[in-house]
Amino acid sequence: MNAIPAELLRIIIGLVAIAVSVGLIGLVMVWVERKVAGHIQRRPGPYEVGPNGLIQPLCDALKLVGKQLFMPKGADPILFWLAPVLAFLPVLLLFLPLPVGDGLQTLDVNLGLLLILAFSGLAVLSVLLAGWASNNKYGLLGAARGVAQAVAYEIPLLLSVLAVSFVAGSLDLAHVVKLQGTWPWNWNIMTQPLAFLIYIVSALGETNRAPFDLPEAESELTAGFHTEYSGMGFGLFFLAEYANMVVVCSVATALFLGGWHGPVLPGPVWFVLKVSALMLLMVFVRWTYPRVRFDQLLVINWKWLLPLAVANLLLTAFFVKLAQFA
Amino acid sequence: MIKEALNTVSDLWSLMVGLRVTKKYFLDPQVTVRYPWKAVSNIASYKGHLELVSAKAPGKPKCISCGMCALACPSNCLTVVKRKVPKPTPEQAQAEAEAKAKGEKPKDKTPKDPEQFLYDYTLCSLCGTCMENCPVGALAFTGSTYLAGYSREDFHFDLVQVLKNQAGLEGVDASVAPETAESEA
Amino acid sequence: MTTYQNNDHLAGDFYTQNFAKTAGEGNLILNLGPQHPSTHGVLRVVVELDGEYIMRAEPILGYLHRMHEKMAEVKTAAQFIPNMGRVDYGHALGWNWAFVGAAEKLGGIEVPERAEYIRVITCELNRIASHLLWWGAYLLDLGAFTPIMYAFDDREKVLDILQIPTGSRLTYSYYRIGGVAQDLNADCIRRIQEFIPWFRSRLPMYKDLVSDNIILRKRIEGIGAIEQDTCRRYGATGPVARGSGINYDVRRAQPYSVYPKLDFVVPTSDLKDARGRYDVRMIEMEQSLRIIEQALDMMPEGEVLVKGAPKPSWKVPAGETYFAVEGARGKIGAYVVSDGGKNIYRTKLRAPGFCNLSLFAEVSQGTILADAVAILGSLDLIIPEIDR
Ligand code: SF4
Ligand code: SF4
Repeated sequence: MNAIPAELLRIIIGLVAIAVSVGLIGLVMVWVERKVAGHIQRRPGPYEVGPNGLIQPLCDALKLVGKQLFMPKGADPILFWLAPVLAFLPVLLLFLPLPVGDGLQTLDVNLGLLLILAFSGLAVLSVLLAGWASNNKYGLLGAARGVAQAVAYEIPLLLSVLAVSFVAGSLDLAHVVKLQGTWPWNWNIMTQPLAFLIYIVSALGETNRAPFDLPEAESELTAGFHTEYSGMGFGLFFLAEYANMVVVCSVATALFLGGWHGPVLPGPVWFVLKVSALMLLMVFVRWTYPRVRFDQLLVINWKWLLPLAVANLLLTAFFVKLAQFA
Repeated sequence: MIKEALNTVSDLWSLMVGLRVTKKYFLDPQVTVRYPWKAVSNIASYKGHLELVSAKAPGKPKCISCGMCALACPSNCLTVVKRKVPKPTPEQAQAEAEAKAKGEKPKDKTPKDPEQFLYDYTLCSLCGTCMENCPVGALAFTGSTYLAGYSREDFHFDLVQVLKNQAGLEGVDASVAPETAESEA
Repeated sequence: MTTYQNNDHLAGDFYTQNFAKTAGEGNLILNLGPQHPSTHGVLRVVVELDGEYIMRAEPILGYLHRMHEKMAEVKTAAQFIPNMGRVDYGHALGWNWAFVGAAEKLGGIEVPERAEYIRVITCELNRIASHLLWWGAYLLDLGAFTPIMYAFDDREKVLDILQIPTGSRLTYSYYRIGGVAQDLNADCIRRIQEFIPWFRSRLPMYKDLVSDNIILRKRIEGIGAIEQDTCRRYGATGPVARGSGINYDVRRAQPYSVYPKLDFVVPTSDLKDARGRYDVRMIEMEQSLRIIEQALDMMPEGEVLVKGAPKPSWKVPAGETYFAVEGARGKIGAYVVSDGGKNIYRTKLRAPGFCNLSLFAEVSQGTILADAVAILGSLDLIIPEIDR
């Protein structure tokens, strides 16, 4: 009997670990977000269930699971139920190439970055399907917004990421991390600050986080594309949103913030710390700013982020070439 | 051109300022009162449902059953049931008849306090009109904010009964005894 | 594949169907409300959308109609006061005042001076509370979740103060024909004196967090410009008119009570847009603080309710009168006709929100859906007041 190939074993273990951790991260993030929001607003946030309300998200999740799955009249059943699944499944794949520590990576491919970018593009499909299939006008408007937004913001995101991979000469996340050093001045953020800014802004846009949460703008579209979803249908969208946040923050950490590098503490701890810091920033941003308008959102993208990203990329390419000659 | 650039910078700076404000409040202590464990401190001035003010004897209302409050109430939530004139016993009737024969005015033996003072809290708008129009000041608002019930009938009170219960004169009837919640904050 | 065209059976009620008749080809007809996060109550707006652009919008009212005017016909004047607290939960005391003022005018009743000052103080405090409510809710409309909590933090303080003399926190019925129900006690006055500097110190934070924020500025600057002409045509008053540069404030234009003795400015803005209205309200809060400060200093001792104040059975003398006060949303008017009978013959209430809302159909035309929400919010609508 042949032994199972080590690579396969690794992927299976990794996938299980990812599935578990996505669930956990989702729960913890919901708690963190509500807690942070509460404290910003000078109230305690969830408090009663469990110590400091820690069990609250779990109870909410159980409640969501227990809820009736409701489909509106005239909705397309297949597409309607496909959408939340489609929102959630690709996210699991996005975790595969993330280098949490040195060698601590589920799938070591040299095109890891490409894989993430490609699969994160699928999210927009689920938004579109959800909005369209639910036979709801708000849903439709939300879906239309979502598609325009996702398509637009993917470009600067891609360009800013490319700038880093130009410098590193690789699309392998682990490789990019390895090239960075222990201290903050050895990180890519020092050489590519503009790309980092662009990346963060477009990441907010990509993940539909406030102030760019237009597809679900509640004061305009009630809940946008997931207006009609109840129970776990909504739960999956919700989970996918948080998982997506983790992915974009992890990628940012790997690309710009030196990944697992850091003094004293072991690598994975540093990685998690950096990701958490970025997530906290995203949470703070959400609870501080008003929502931008849809056309302004696109203006920010096409008039500011895109030209800046292109210029940044060109400059980077120029310097990289220069460095080669030198 | 330079002005524009400066504007852009100040615009972006305004975003930072916003974050600074939320960060400050994030670290500041919370202002919420965790309700079931703690109550707010200003219940005293709050108008809860009505109650009858007792006269000197506990459990006996000051009210003289004049009906002014019921008349004044915009929402018709008060009904004052006067005491029936007690049917005179034969001896009393006889004594009365004798007195009448002597040309004396009959003494009014009817107690003034109401038999029942029905109050429908569901209709009450807590305006205070009844209170202000009571000639003897027999009505007052309680500070009872935490009154809750399972049915409409839980809010139909007989205030005479409530007063008696409060004074501990009769066995406490749960349906008509609103406990005044104590504030502890 | 399900499409949106075969849903005729779901195509809505009379209003939508009527609206749909003249809708453009391929346009989407959307009901904003009666239950919708940004309408703050049960306002319904039918809009015709081309993409995200609003071709037409039509507010539909009546979901919160409670017949206050009819109820006035079956109650005596004094019995009607509690109703006035319920017309507009934002600025209940303004409404109290309008009706009480009209009844006093008709009955020729003099209000003790102290009562007048108490009315000014409480009414202005209530205005601050109302503006804070608007501010928070408006920011919520624009997608910022935190400001409303800060606003409510402050508003809570105002409500705590108002609770002392009035006994309630939202739907006050505090004014009486001929004065007010209760004097301000020492605790209340101390709290007001503490509140004034404290709230002054909060205003810069509001500015930092929100007013100066670039996203907010972009959201409300140049949005929903209302020409003075339009304002006049629709009878818009209050911050809506002042935001368009019309210097009209009942406190100054038709002075009542002790306002002529008080020194305050009526803020106006020439911006005409949502920003103008926003600024006007923010400045009004500061001005209200000034008014309260002065009124506290000038308040004499004395009675708070005139001797022999009308009982519930009081009959309003025959005649008719109109009395207007400046509410948080504009001119609150009460037109009272009495035939000398037990009940007032007819009461007409002028709700500023109604006129301000009627602007919406015209102003929102051609804007984006998100802007429509921003405009709707900037009008500061309190739906119960509109329907009455
Ligand atoms: S408070 Fe007003 S509504 Fe309530 S019983 Fe008294 S008069 Fe009637
Ligand atoms: S409470 Fe006052 S007004 Fe009402 S019946 Fe009794 S004495 Fe008369």
